[in-house]
Amino acid sequence: MAVNRMFRTCPSTGLVYHEPAEKLIRWNAVAAVVSLLVGGILALLVTLTRWPAVHLLPPDWFYLVLTAHGLDMLVFWIIFFEIAVLYFCSSVLLRCRLAMPGMAWLGFWLMIVGALVNNVAVFRGDSSVMFTSYAPMGAHPAFYLGLILFAVGALIACFVFFGTLVVAKAERTYNGSVPLVTFGAVTAAIIAVFTIASGAIILIPTFLWSIGLVDYIDSLMYRTVWWAFGHSSQQINVAAHVSVWYAIAAVVFGAKPMSEKVSRTAFFLYICFLQLASAHHLLADPGLTSNWKIFNTSYAMYLAVLASMVHGLTVPGAIEVAQREKGFNRGLFEWLRKAPWSNPSFSAMFMSLIGFGFLGGISGVMMGTEQLNLIIHNTIYVPGHFHATVVVGTTLAFMGLTYFLIPTLFRREMMFPGMAKWQPYVFGLGMMSFSLFMMGAGTLGVPRRHWDMTFAGNALGYEFPGTAYLMMGIMAISGLAAVVGGIMYLLITVGSVFLGKKIQTPDFARVAARDGVAPKPVPQPVAVSHAGIGTAGFVAPGTFVLALVFLTAFVLYYFVNWKYLSTVWPLS
Amino acid sequence: MNALTPPTGVWWKQPLDRVEGTWIVIAFAWCLIMFFMMPYWHVYGKQNLSNEAYRTTPEMFQAKTQAMVDKYKVREETDQKIPVVAPPAGSDVYLIARLWSWWPMVELEEGKTYRLHLASMDWLHGFSLQPENINIQVHPGYEHVMTVTPTRAGTYSIICNEYCGINHHTMASRMYVVKAK
Repeated sequence: MAVNRMFRTCPSTGLVYHEPAEKLIRWNAVAAVVSLLVGGILALLVTLTRWPAVHLLPPDWFYLVLTAHGLDMLVFWIIFFEIAVLYFCSSVLLRCRLAMPGMAWLGFWLMIVGALVNNVAVFRGDSSVMFTSYAPMGAHPAFYLGLILFAVGALIACFVFFGTLVVAKAERTYNGSVPLVTFGAVTAAIIAVFTIASGAIILIPTFLWSIGLVDYIDSLMYRTVWWAFGHSSQQINVAAHVSVWYAIAAVVFGAKPMSEKVSRTAFFLYICFLQLASAHHLLADPGLTSNWKIFNTSYAMYLAVLASMVHGLTVPGAIEVAQREKGFNRGLFEWLRKAPWSNPSFSAMFMSLIGFGFLGGISGVMMGTEQLNLIIHNTIYVPGHFHATVVVGTTLAFMGLTYFLIPTLFRREMMFPGMAKWQPYVFGLGMMSFSLFMMGAGTLGVPRRHWDMTFAGNALGYEFPGTAYLMMGIMAISGLAAVVGGIMYLLITVGSVFLGKKIQTPDFARVAARDGVAPKPVPQPVAVSHAGIGTAGFVAPGTFVLALVFLTAFVLYYFVNWKYLSTVWPLS
Repeated sequence: MNALTPPTGVWWKQPLDRVEGTWIVIAFAWCLIMFFMMPYWHVYGKQNLSNEAYRTTPEMFQAKTQAMVDKYKVREETDQKIPVVAPPAGSDVYLIARLWSWWPMVELEEGKTYRLHLASMDWLHGFSLQPENINIQVHPGYEHVMTVTPTRAGTYSIICNEYCGINHHTMASRMYVVKAK
């Protein structure tokens, strides 16, 4: 079979698209956005039910919708988008043909079929087992089968990504090391392989159990292995959205990484330590020792947290250096004040960074502390945390990337540019407030995945304090704001992709392998001089101050929770 | 050269920037502090989840709980006649989690220490003591044993905070803590 060597170069960005890769990136992105649409409608229903004053759905529908919301958002929206990101970071950034497009399509269709089968199982009504599907609570076999098919498809996509790296090296389409963003994507893909393997180890026996071929699934074993899949899949998101931060900083500001060595080492720490986080979910479980819990929940010694704190500094730091070199060098924050706040790619990326760090990161470390977990385990604090990481962090970063991709990948002008300026703020601020008040209610003990916090008609029900109701109400209103932001995103993307004005660019043309070889780089001095910018020998003093503000918030919040823990009943 | 293009030159020899170097040292120090807080609290703190757990079966755990109820029952409450037990300080207190109730109710004395045994008869449940806000996962097949010392008298609620099916939100009970006699 002849290898497709049709390429086009985007005139405005200089990016090189391989024909099958472009098509696959588009289709994966479209599948992602469709999942986001379905998940978003379900999100609205969940929010309106957990708003005590509205309490929309009956319990059976609530648990069904919550199950589907978790799966469509956490699995289908994010992983479809991540596959698009993987293909982009390999084929496009390395200016290389995509390896085995036929296999990539097989993977894509397996993912589509898996997502459909799983959704059908949930909407039939006999698989309202939540995203986590904890055995011995059982779902319809199709529920597990759908997830397994989806995972096999995603695994194929990961290997197409790795194969593309091999092709790029063999055809010498780049010199030296892969770009930092591709390196981040490699990190995400390695974690994805670990994740999918864990998913197979637990979901295949559970599927066999659901059809009667295995007679017993131990609940602790299930939770331990399932979370190696469930939590690690969130770590793919972290690696992917951090890569997207670097990419958007490069696109919007031409920012160079402050040092490749530091950023790459931080990604490498993710590969080594992120997957231990299965333990975060097992801190309140019997049958595991404290030694096991402490080592794993802290990613050895918070080495993955260290990596995130490093990225949290180097991404804005790189932006600050780029801005200062452009002349915004006055004071601590001129670079930030003069940043393009009306560019939705930038505003989405920056809010993603702030929200992920301040809300998602700090709360995640707090609740991942062995003893502190006792005061938040399974409360609504937990979804508060992960809406800050996965929605503000990952989803918002992906939204920012979409605004960049519409003209270059889909070759369409963006529709509703005025609305696009506001979209990241409406969605991001709505979601941050949503997460914050969820965490507040969780601190007061409000349970997650619970239809009725009023315990209406229950003689033994618990009466939550008025503050808890207030927080749930504000949470729901913030959630509505985020839903509006989500609708804006869908209008802009769907409108632009299908109805936007076409951008005329040179079309695909055949490029022989020898013409695709990257030219030898001109040797450059390694030491990058940042003379004349920054203060006190710090090239990015503003970022450093922001980092210290972050650290102060982190330290205070962390010890406030220890103080709170010290007031509860002694346990040992 | 930026994050989207291959780095030029020997990037791993590029010296660390002062901002990054300083931040890495500070951040790593903070990571170590957070790490050592956990073992520190095991030694000096009072709130640590017990590591003591045994394999059990619904029948075994039911039998032990029934024996406790027979011995220490003081009254019954609600239409379902849920027994309220008041075991003596220091004794073993058993609490069953099942679809969709906690059984029995427990009455403890303020300031006294008890050995609380938790196990599920069927699916996963979540022991959530309110308003104290202590939250513990309850597994079928595992008997989790912890010592607990109620510090304030009052009526507490135990709600289930692990989703356990269609009536999950109805699974609630009480725990009484009375002044020491």
